[in-house]
Amino acid sequence: MMKTNPKMKTNPMTYLSNMEQIESDVLEKVILMVSNYDAMQYKAYDVKRTLSKDTLNPDDFAALLSPAAKPYLEEMAQKSRDLTRKHFGNSIQLFTPLYISNYCENHCIYCGFNCKNKIKRGKLSLEEIHIELKTISETGLKEILILTGESRQKSDIQYIGEAIKLAKTYFSTIGIEIYPLNSDEYRYLHECGVDFVSVYQETYNLDKYESVHLLGPKRVFPYRFYAQERALMGGMYGVSFGALLGLDDFRKDAFATGMHAYWVQRKYPSAEIAFSLPRIRPYINHEEKQTNGVGEVELFQVMLAYKLFMPYAGITISTRENAHFRDHTLGVCATKMSAGVVVGVGGHVEEVKGDEQFEISDPRGVAEIHSMILSKGLQPVYSNHITSFRLPTGGAR
Amino acid sequence: MKDKLVIGGHEFNSRFILGSGKFSLDMTETVIQNGSVEMATIAVRRANKNGEANIIDFMPKGITLLPNTSGARNADEAIRIARLARELGCGNFIKVEVIRDSKYLMPDNYETLRATEILAKEGFIVMPYMYPDLNVARDLVSSGAAAVMPLGAPIGSNKGLLTKAFIEMLIDEIELPIIVDAGIGKPSQACEAMEMGCAAVMANTAIATAKDVALMATAFKLAVESGRAAYLAGLGRVLERSGEASSPLTGFLGEIL
Repeated sequence: MMKTNPKMKTNPMTYLSNMEQIESDVLEKVILMVSNYDAMQYKAYDVKRTLSKDTLNPDDFAALLSPAAKPYLEEMAQKSRDLTRKHFGNSIQLFTPLYISNYCENHCIYCGFNCKNKIKRGKLSLEEIHIELKTISETGLKEILILTGESRQKSDIQYIGEAIKLAKTYFSTIGIEIYPLNSDEYRYLHECGVDFVSVYQETYNLDKYESVHLLGPKRVFPYRFYAQERALMGGMYGVSFGALLGLDDFRKDAFATGMHAYWVQRKYPSAEIAFSLPRIRPYINHEEKQTNGVGEVELFQVMLAYKLFMPYAGITISTRENAHFRDHTLGVCATKMSAGVVVGVGGHVEEVKGDEQFEISDPRGVAEIHSMILSKGLQPVYSNHITSFRLPTGGAR
Repeated sequence: MKDKLVIGGHEFNSRFILGSGKFSLDMTETVIQNGSVEMATIAVRRANKNGEANIIDFMPKGITLLPNTSGARNADEAIRIARLARELGCGNFIKVEVIRDSKYLMPDNYETLRATEILAKEGFIVMPYMYPDLNVARDLVSSGAAAVMPLGAPIGSNKGLLTKAFIEMLIDEIELPIIVDAGIGKPSQACEAMEMGCAAVMANTAIATAKDVALMATAFKLAVESGRAAYLAGLGRVLERSGEASSPLTGFLGEIL
């Protein structure tokens, strides 16, 4: 376990003893490319050249993320819409998150769940999880994202595995957003029914990473960075990438996120790749409203750059954003959205059992989102995946 | 004259197979009508049994469902999805798609072959989607495929018949129906494939990305019919650059005679 004495600052590049180390040079590649990235070197000419190309290389992606691309957002959006149509048709995948625990061992200064924040902590029992799942499934949703705070002690793998097995009885597609695991643990959860794994690096700037992750296993930068690769080694079908935009220089972090996904895709060509684009949100005891230069324009620019660079990758639009913004990204770059979202622990049946991670900006339910999607000439998709692993009879490992 | 497409003993009048999933479900019936479509694919993974927006519910009665194994990364997954399709009541047709490349979505011919062999033995009417390789196509025939579905260009690319020379080999050498399955972006390309002697054409993105989806379905129907008629009529000769008037290499024979 990590020391909790802040005076005992640990090196964020040093693995803890229980953390698996894999053979990979993706981290070095990404860090090198990001250290060479200078957003200001790109001019209108570079953006125009990029917009005329069929397939983009990392340098083109870098140009689209630069300030020089801002006057070309409309052209980027039109190209992005065409690419989205080509790769995803007019489908918008629907899902909802279920937080089953908000206990956390990390002290991340931007997050409402951080272990030093005095909030109501809670963890659902398996019976409570069952009722929540059943209630959510009655809205018609077939995809669920199971989330926990990052505490191996309070929400261990066995507990999460049991929750997944319950979810399997109601949902065809299960994703997780929990603390990073070793590859054998990912394999276990895959056998329980998980196919998609989201892990967000928050920032790829190591100095910044160190300064905002004060305590806890999350402080170990490379272990988090290699989570997607370990998940794929464990048999997962798809992985999701994201930086918390606004934590550091958002252009650099967006570039790093894209390069991270790029190298992982090259190494694991069958993996489904997806992006999420969280921005800093206010949370309980922390009413910070600053977005550190990431307004809706900048956020949209990053989404478009991701789509133009990797048009086959899905993009999820978060409820951190308001309905107006979310709706306008659909079909243009976003291909997946949540509906009926509660970000406290439980809360789909009765009162939440634990406080929420952040404030949401789009409280609409499934039926409302469904008809909004239809009204835009798009189609809501509930089921788009068949799990590759069947639980052996009895459900045991 | 009866000109039927026969796949696995089933007869079809239409040679335009529709892909689905990329356009709104409530358009399905109109597109099928306008295209005179008799066979349409459905992604088994999109089947949302007893749930919202279930693609199967939108397929009109009388249509032959061609469930596909999209999402499968190897033969085992494809086989499992095929069996699921049968359990869902989608019939015995199965389009085998095995793709282990999320970027270009290129089919894996080896795993496709393996899945085809097993599914054919289980009584499925197997229509494998493949990269046009003559040797693999021959192996697909011997493993019990009911048709061979080569790609014309990368899926969804609307780039047309980039693999034309290789599809021509399949048409010449393979006894089964050859159905171009991916890359067709315009009615003219569908027409060209039919003129070449393809047994049918499948399209999805070309229709889904059209401004008027319903009208594009009509356009494809006409193009496929036109191309088929041209094939049956026997294409006229194509004159080379300078026509046929002169015979630079044999003209001297006349002088001798």
